[in-house]
Amino acid sequence: MSKLNTSSSELDLDRPNIEDYLPSGSIQEPHGTLRLRDLLDISPTLTEAAGAIVDDSFTRCFKSNPPEPWNWNIYLFPLWCLGVVVRYGLLFPLRVLVLTIGWIIFLSCYFPVHFLLKGHDKLRKKLERGLVELICSFFVASWTGVVKYHGPRPSIRPKQIFVANHTSMIDFVVLEQMTAFAVIMQKHPGWVGLLQSTILESLGCIWFNRSESKDREIVARKLREHVHGADNNPLLVFPEGTCVNNHYTVMFKKGAFELGCTVCPIAIKYNKIFVDAFWNSRKQSFTTHLLQLMTSWAVVCDVWYLEPQNLKPGETPIEFAERVRDIISVRAGLKKVPWDGYLKYSRPSPKHRERKQQSFAESVLRRLEER
Amino acid sequence: MGSASSMLTQYDIEEVQEHCNHLFTQQEIVSLYKRFCQLDRNAKGFISADEFLSVPEFAMNPLSQRLLKMVDGLNFKDFVAFLSAFSAKATVPQKIEIIFKVYDSDCNGKVTFNDLNEVLHDLTGSFIRKATREEVLSQLLHEAGYTKESSLLLHDFIKIMEHSGLKMEVEIPED
Repeated sequence: MSKLNTSSSELDLDRPNIEDYLPSGSIQEPHGTLRLRDLLDISPTLTEAAGAIVDDSFTRCFKSNPPEPWNWNIYLFPLWCLGVVVRYGLLFPLRVLVLTIGWIIFLSCYFPVHFLLKGHDKLRKKLERGLVELICSFFVASWTGVVKYHGPRPSIRPKQIFVANHTSMIDFVVLEQMTAFAVIMQKHPGWVGLLQSTILESLGCIWFNRSESKDREIVARKLREHVHGADNNPLLVFPEGTCVNNHYTVMFKKGAFELGCTVCPIAIKYNKIFVDAFWNSRKQSFTTHLLQLMTSWAVVCDVWYLEPQNLKPGETPIEFAERVRDIISVRAGLKKVPWDGYLKYSRPSPKHRERKQQSFAESVLRRLEER
Repeated sequence: MGSASSMLTQYDIEEVQEHCNHLFTQQEIVSLYKRFCQLDRNAKGFISADEFLSVPEFAMNPLSQRLLKMVDGLNFKDFVAFLSAFSAKATVPQKIEIIFKVYDSDCNGKVTFNDLNEVLHDLTGSFIRKATREEVLSQLLHEAGYTKESSLLLHDFIKIMEHSGLKMEVEIPED
């Protein structure tokens, strides 16, 4: 198995060729003797740049597409106003109540179980799993989640890992209410971080830090250890590494696909009829996002548990990741784009520019020789 | 038009259209405005260099730094005027003019051997040796009737490129 090294250039060496996906219709093979005008004519490169300014597939992945407003005429508007009053005045307080009750029940059962059953690990873990599933159900109820699960429920077996497309942190809650997964997540600040370090820790969750490059090796090791452990909770990974707007999928990171175990894909598709569940982390905090969900009518989504996949003979982990991404994208009706989700936080590597430069240079040198 | 508001009035659209010599339709200007607001994250009224570079396809382009100098900090009207050279309705001399402006980074109306060398360096990176690059340029300039010391003007560019079948168009998406 290839050893993960920590430099970011490693990310690019194994990537499928982005140039195969990007529109390059303007780049034609030039013919004829090399003339001054051939060197002066930078139009193909300029066209690509202007094309990227006008529209690009990466920005599209993170664009919020809110549902169409329907309150635009004289009688729809008062109806909508009535709806707002019901949602904010009636539903929201009710939901907050439900959530509070849920938390009270959860905390009053969790801490006794956690501390008193210290010696009886198997029973303790079973109860903790049940309690986490319970609190997640309360969460889902607090946004009136209408979740339809398709396919066989995940079973707790060793040497398997679950992967899903990522739209918002609520993906985790939606999946968790059915099965108590251990997740690998970005460590967050604030109240979410507090929840992470206390309750989620006991499920066996693994934390990573995007900004630390040495982190990858440590995380890869933890993943491997977890998956091969017999009684650990099944592991859930979101290989996109970031929230995408549920219309596209960005490239899957290969970490989950090179552990030598079965990969079980899960596809999640949200129905935007009442609210757009995409968490645009650039635009809103998680709290604002949750409040938005809690003041809308319902969150409707479909979850498909798809057929487990194994690495085919002769397939690289990257190809495996792409194949699974394809399976999930087809099931959830998402378009695939060839971008790494982390480009949200950092610039593309100079390797891509160098590839373009190399190809142009080779063409010039070749035509020079033909003279 | 000042700082960005989220709605364009008919007057605004016509003003922008006037400014770009009617090279875009009103629908295209509305679409470009949506794109402008999308790139301009905090509604400042212009797009900063950093925001342009957050588009990976643009950041990967060999000429991105030169183009950034031309588009950084433009308000919407000038942004559309810049892009108008890429409209299907733009004439070949208009397209050649923007190419000239990319070369002429100090905006003095003259493109020197050094400018040509720098752009070729941007396009070929370290894959052509400096000596070869300068030699090729000298040779091709000489064949076209210029010397290493000549400064090319816009009309020279037009003369060299006008019959080369220049195609430089970008389609504005409808949504």
